[in-house]
Amino acid sequence: MKNVLKLLSLLVVISALWIGLLQASIIPQSHTWLLHIYFIVSLGCYGLLMVGVGLMRFPTCPQEALLLQQDIAEAKDFLKQKGDDVGSD
Amino acid sequence: MDAEKNKYSIIVPTYNERLNIALIVYLIFKHLRDVDFEIIVVDDGSPDGTQEIVKQLQKLYGEDRILLRPRAKKLGLGTAYIHGLKHASGNFVVIMDADLSHHPKYLPSFIKKQLETGASIVTGTRYVTGGGVHGWNLMRKLTSRGANVLAQTLLWPGVSDLTGSFRLYKKSVLEDVISSCVSKGYVFQMEMIVRASRKGYHIEEVPITFVDRVFGSSKLGGSEIVEYLKGLIYLMVTT
Repeated sequence: MKNVLKLLSLLVVISALWIGLLQASIIPQSHTWLLHIYFIVSLGCYGLLMVGVGLMRFPTCPQEALLLQQDIAEAKDFLKQKGDDVGSD
Repeated sequence: MDAEKNKYSIIVPTYNERLNIALIVYLIFKHLRDVDFEIIVVDDGSPDGTQEIVKQLQKLYGEDRILLRPRAKKLGLGTAYIHGLKHASGNFVVIMDADLSHHPKYLPSFIKKQLETGASIVTGTRYVTGGGVHGWNLMRKLTSRGANVLAQTLLWPGVSDLTGSFRLYKKSVLEDVISSCVSKGYVFQMEMIVRASRKGYHIEEVPITFVDRVFGSSKLGGSEIVEYLKGLIYLMVTT
């Protein structure tokens, strides 16, 4: 099944549950639209939270740049010995 | 699978990588001492003399270890892989970038992971512990993270790094997946892994580090973001 169909059917199930919950709740009709807004806003906040947490925990590797420079020097040396002129960066 | 009988074909697409191709060949030979492999350089008619350097490397390492299979002009990554595949004699294929953002020192861990798990695809991920990125500023990291969260939500891909292009494939699997992919650029990399995931192929991940040395010259502008979103929608609808 194409992913868009999977997502749409998930949306339909969630909507059905949501409507069911609303019908069973005691909040007066006039205020239900507020609930919809809260739900969407909290979804958006969850998404932003995921992005923020991921950003904070973003793995970095500054030491790798140094190691790479060493590898490059080693490689250039070897190739120079063998007579390959690879020039400079 | 008998480990001694495996041969790894490493496809490296190049364009103006005169210096980097020599470095990367040296590093591959350094880290894959007891492995049967060949390097297939697919050069798109580089004007900077990349092919001359490759010919010198062939004299040094052997024409059976380094294959030069050039093309007339810049024709795109997907077709470069297909072109390289035609000349691959191994039963496994590795794809990697030529600019040293992918370090050959991770090749043994790809091979080990595949032998341990029997996976069809082993893909490198920059986003887990043990992996990482260097050379990205905050904005770049933010777009990367945002793009990843969006892709995970919309595509449920089953891998943590969708746009990475450091991967090991069983040759037959690569041939199967690549034939059904039509996108270009990094969306192509996403399409490959998502299609493979949908086809039920066993995919494993290994952490890799990514040192972005072209930082500053590879900008992530508005048009790239639009292209990415279009790619996401395309993948959402067709996979």
